[in-house]
Amino acid sequence: MHLNRVKNKKISLDDLRANFIEIEPALTQKEAMDEANRCLYCYDAPCIKACPTDINIPSFIKKIASGNLKGSAKVIMEANPVGASCARVCPTEELCEGACVLNDASLPIMIGNLQRHATNWAIHNNQQLFKAGEAVGKTVAIIGGGPAGLSAARELARLGYEVTIFEAKEKAGGLDTYGIVSFRLPQEVSLWEVEQIEKLGVKILTNTKVGRDIQAEEIIDNYDAVILAVGMSKVPMLGIEGEDAEGVLDAIDFVETTKTPPLDPQYIGKKIVIIGAGNTAIDAATCSVRLGAGDVKMVYRRTEAEMTAYEFEYEFAKQDGVEFRWLTQPTKIVKDESGKVKALECVRMELGEPDDSGRRRPVPVQGSEFSIEVDAVIKAIGQTRYVSLIEEFGLDHNRGIVKINTETHQTSNPKVYAAGDVIFGDGQGDAMVVTAAQQGKLTAHAIHKTLMVDTVAVENV
Amino acid sequence: MADLRVNFAGIKAPNPFWLASAPPTNSGYQVQRAFEAGWGGAVWKTLGDPILNVSSRFAGTHFGGQRVAGFNNIELITDRPLEVNLKEIYETKKRFPNHAVIASLMVEPNQEAWHEIVKRVQDVGVDGFELNFGCPHGMAERGMGAASGQVPELVEKQTYWAKEVAEVPVIVKLTPNITDITATAYAAVQGGADAISMINTINSLAGVDLDSWNTIPNVAGKGAHGGYCGPAVKPIALNMVAECARHPELNHIPISGMGGVSDWKDAVEFMLMGAGSVQVCTAAMHHGFSIVEDMIDGLNNYLDDKGIANLDGLIGKSVPKYSDWGNLDLNYKVVARINNDTCINCNKCHIACEDTSHQCIDMLTSADGKPELRVREEDCVGCNLCSIVCPVDGAIDMVEIPNGEPMTWNERQNAIKLTV
Repeated sequence: MHLNRVKNKKISLDDLRANFIEIEPALTQKEAMDEANRCLYCYDAPCIKACPTDINIPSFIKKIASGNLKGSAKVIMEANPVGASCARVCPTEELCEGACVLNDASLPIMIGNLQRHATNWAIHNNQQLFKAGEAVGKTVAIIGGGPAGLSAARELARLGYEVTIFEAKEKAGGLDTYGIVSFRLPQEVSLWEVEQIEKLGVKILTNTKVGRDIQAEEIIDNYDAVILAVGMSKVPMLGIEGEDAEGVLDAIDFVETTKTPPLDPQYIGKKIVIIGAGNTAIDAATCSVRLGAGDVKMVYRRTEAEMTAYEFEYEFAKQDGVEFRWLTQPTKIVKDESGKVKALECVRMELGEPDDSGRRRPVPVQGSEFSIEVDAVIKAIGQTRYVSLIEEFGLDHNRGIVKINTETHQTSNPKVYAAGDVIFGDGQGDAMVVTAAQQGKLTAHAIHKTLMVDTVAVENV
Repeated sequence: MADLRVNFAGIKAPNPFWLASAPPTNSGYQVQRAFEAGWGGAVWKTLGDPILNVSSRFAGTHFGGQRVAGFNNIELITDRPLEVNLKEIYETKKRFPNHAVIASLMVEPNQEAWHEIVKRVQDVGVDGFELNFGCPHGMAERGMGAASGQVPELVEKQTYWAKEVAEVPVIVKLTPNITDITATAYAAVQGGADAISMINTINSLAGVDLDSWNTIPNVAGKGAHGGYCGPAVKPIALNMVAECARHPELNHIPISGMGGVSDWKDAVEFMLMGAGSVQVCTAAMHHGFSIVEDMIDGLNNYLDDKGIANLDGLIGKSVPKYSDWGNLDLNYKVVARINNDTCINCNKCHIACEDTSHQCIDMLTSADGKPELRVREEDCVGCNLCSIVCPVDGAIDMVEIPNGEPMTWNERQNAIKLTV
């Protein structure tokens, strides 16, 4: 996201929908051409190496410059089946744009925006970019229709597999569809990617929850391979008094309510506190602002230096008027007579010795207790894991982080593979959409290698 | 402030920046606006028999997102009556007596016709004439312009006819659509020309539309070749100016240089290669008359920095450096050297050298683990390609390497002859 390109920063209280329209305007035709022509077309380009999905960035940019937008979109989507979403949600300054050789010489190329330009063209021109491969007579079940699952499905379909996705929600796309704020990623972009994959013959069984609607064992028995790509679950409990109060919300659920109309007007003018300072915390805070909240604060027990949100997210939240309370630990949620949240009691912290994560451990400052008046509290302190589901599949895991062979993406059951957030943690991978997409792709290739060991080659699809 | 005044073959002007005979000099209104903006002179759009023009006349060549790297036109000479042009020339000269107003002329190759137009036009007080022997389209089909400019005898004869009655200097404008421009330049000198100017436009077809498959530009679905000019033609023009300037039989005839002059730096190059004035068209058509301000300012600052008082200190100074290939030192050697502090590691030099030149730039990793490009100097032929494709100034230097006594091809051949 390029904050300097965000034009309309005013929050409307009359029309909340206006606040959720994609905030960074698409590049105009001229902007895209100027920017594409500025690309140096490096050889062995560092942007490609910095892209987790290895998109041939100079190639797709050259194609924009030459007017070959179909070819450009294909280069992007070939490497990354959720490349239209990633164009918007990737932390590009940490990835491709951060690696651009023009960083020091002038300004890095707006790779994300050019990627958005090319994929927008494909979306607006109803292009089906890929086709299914010749049937190989093998079946794969994918649990979870998020970026990892979709990416695996797309690759497997192109390789000729019969793919079924089991998706608990009403629509596929996972966090791209439900969890990333609309003003950064409109839902229709994610749904276009889903449609691209469905058109390859991938069966997506929505509203289908494994363990409720179908059992893990049945899936394992009926498919040649299974991919577990269920991501992560709800925000954990804070473990403080009053957490059950009405008005204490899960950040993931909160963002999800803003993804599908109608938007809830109940927060207009209200005071909201977000606990946490990661990506989701920022999303919850900026959604609060955009739902019309009058006073939005983020409380975090460490400091600015330890926060896990990206720099641009922090800047964006500040521009949205979000206040930050560093070194602040919530200790109690105070309810009113009706059981509704009324205040958040906190204590100030100071940084002590480094903990296991290497970050300095925050310790309470004696006698520094204070209280913040609130109408809602949003918890954004990480996500829990689908431990019981993982156990239903009988897979080895460490606190819900599924163990895999990183070469083959196979779990402790060689027939079951895993990709995406379900394997994120313990120093394994990143929680980015683009990482999940790459893992899905690699998992598909690994399955193909295993199942087709003596037959077709992976290439030449 | 340097003295930018010119006396070009007897034509005086406050500076060497003149508008070429073209659409910008079509009327008194335009030429007077140009003089107000600072142009030192203008060659009035070619006078001749009133002409009809077609609709849809110009096309640009755009490159890498830049508009008008080149420019193509199928417009003919003035389509306004001679009387109207003469009246406006008179008024313009009256209002700007110190600016150079030169009339471009084109008539059929006939002595009487030349005598008549020269006399009529000089009566209104022009400072000089420029004979248009170069226009490559339309007029050429009627035996004028480039059609006569490509035949040295016709150039000589028509120049002679114009000179018979002209009381002001006569410049002959040459076409580049010829194998050796010095041949027609020589003919102009033989005909008595006071100066020559070059280049007129180059035969061109700007493009073909990918949807309609029509030519660009097209007139009701049909196209015809036009004349090409603008930044893309500068190297062609510069060579032609330089070839004439260094030609021993052209007797140092003054040259007005044009073809892609877009800023003061281009102008300096043309002057160094022998041009006594420069003419501009495409740059003005692209940006308007105000561009002359920086041409004057930039030239002034350049001359001041160099400690040069006037244009005599500039004109022709690089001509002795332009020679034939046979006089180049075969033993001179430069090699590319990459400055890794400035290099941004785009690797364009590597791939250019690897794929299309002499495979001597290695992609290495330095001791501290950083990517590093290095030239194997023993394999480098000093072709310059890497420094041309390098996007960052100062990242690649072409460095002179001591390499024995100078020896040109001609010297070598002579030496071989002597030993045989």
